[in-house]
Amino acid sequence: MFSLEKLVSIIQAWLQSTLRDPWAYVVVCVMVGVAAIALFAILGLMLVYMERKVAAHMQIRLGPNRVGPMGLFQTTADTLKLVMKEGLTPDGADKFLFNLAPFMVMIAAMLILAPIAFAKNFQIWDISIGVLYVAAVSSVAVIGILMAGWSSNNKYSLLGAMRSAAQIVSYELSAGLSILAIVILSGSLKISDIINSQADGWWIIKGHIPVIIAFIVFIIAVTAETNRAPFDLAEAESELTAGFHTEYSGMKFALFFLAEYINIFIGCAIGATIFLGGWMPFHIGNWEAFNHVMDFIPSSLWFIGKTVFLIFLIMWFRWTFPRLRVDQLLNLEWKYLLPISMVNLLVVTLMAIMGWHL
Amino acid sequence: MNPSLPFFVLATLSVFSALMVVLSRKPVHSVLYLIFCFFTIGGHYLLLNAQFLFAVHIIVYAGAIMVLFLFTLMFINMNKELEPHKSNLLKGAATIAAGCLLLVLVAATKGAETLPAISKTSDIGTVSNLGKALYGQYLLPFELISILLLTAMVGAVMLGKKDVE
Repeated sequence: MFSLEKLVSIIQAWLQSTLRDPWAYVVVCVMVGVAAIALFAILGLMLVYMERKVAAHMQIRLGPNRVGPMGLFQTTADTLKLVMKEGLTPDGADKFLFNLAPFMVMIAAMLILAPIAFAKNFQIWDISIGVLYVAAVSSVAVIGILMAGWSSNNKYSLLGAMRSAAQIVSYELSAGLSILAIVILSGSLKISDIINSQADGWWIIKGHIPVIIAFIVFIIAVTAETNRAPFDLAEAESELTAGFHTEYSGMKFALFFLAEYINIFIGCAIGATIFLGGWMPFHIGNWEAFNHVMDFIPSSLWFIGKTVFLIFLIMWFRWTFPRLRVDQLLNLEWKYLLPISMVNLLVVTLMAIMGWHL
Repeated sequence: MNPSLPFFVLATLSVFSALMVVLSRKPVHSVLYLIFCFFTIGGHYLLLNAQFLFAVHIIVYAGAIMVLFLFTLMFINMNKELEPHKSNLLKGAATIAAGCLLLVLVAATKGAETLPAISKTSDIGTVSNLGKALYGQYLLPFELISILLLTAMVGAVMLGKKDVE
């Protein structure tokens, strides 16, 4: 059976037998870096393709179908086009910050990759504060967005950045509170502990209604944090041309675009990890045969499958709900989601103390 | 490698960025340097193995408070012409006052006892230890601070309301 854990241990054993101590470590670091960048490139290409196909089928179209089989290479061609384009820096822009901003956003997205468990025992850094680390690093992306908006010296960019930042800062609260619900239930911030606590059932199943509420709040918050429809006010084309990245072109624009899709992936990966059990296979009570069949599916496939399902859900939202106004957006967060998730947190705490969960 | 090398690199960076907060001409640059300064201080927490404190520091300061600072600064858009000019008397008074504050702070820290460095392997900064200290030994101050914060929040909402008689 294919397993990423075995692959990693084979590579590590080979490196440690051939290279001396500090060098084996350095080579592992370089390999992790290259793998992360490769993952980013593949994710970017596949998610953009998926988005276009999903959108097309929802609107009874075919979507990209000319470049390569079923249009698979369409996004590669688009990326090539973006690479060839000139990266303009506007005259009145703050040159240093303007050029730094896309990298800030990208680096923030890359750093969150560290604690995500892609498969059984396949994780870059199992930090003891796991989900808090994710919350801390994801709040840094806001600074990159504000930098991009301000340094462009363009009022559309500034307004877009302001909307985007206000949205991210406020929705981060309810995302954090719904993650906390699971932290209380599993009793640990560490990602591996949270996954292991779901060995006898995913939290969404054994956590009853409060966890389902937390999950719904989390999905709404992730959609808003990634500035996607119906919360895409930050780049509402009809009002703000393109939001904070109006002035960006070529590869720098591509970095923002990529970071946006990576953030969707990361949000969904976190959601899949804490609510849907990460790489844990689906088990039903005492059905031994069924459980064995489920165990046979590699853990990496379980993780990717759950994540892609959540990404599909978020893409589905885009073609289902109309865009909100700014005041409706902020009302939804501060007057509905935040109080709901606070009360929900109390209910979950009571549940954890009384041991009502399965 | 010198084990205190990371500390000195971080300390140099934090002092440099703190100086740049004061010295840079554009207010937005100051705030960005301040954010950088907070990151280097977060790095110091990490060196002491206080990962929870690091995460909270980044979330609260870099992620929330500084973003609000950036918001306001970006919108008031300060220019050279609009900058209010202070008289030399005021400048001198401000320098003397700030110098006095520095003197007091240095004098206060001079008498302080030196604590032994916490070993890097200690788990004193982990979430569970911090939680036990906050809800056990320091329960009363902790709850008092929460009341203080609540009062400040209610006050801010009251001030922010437009139609208060």
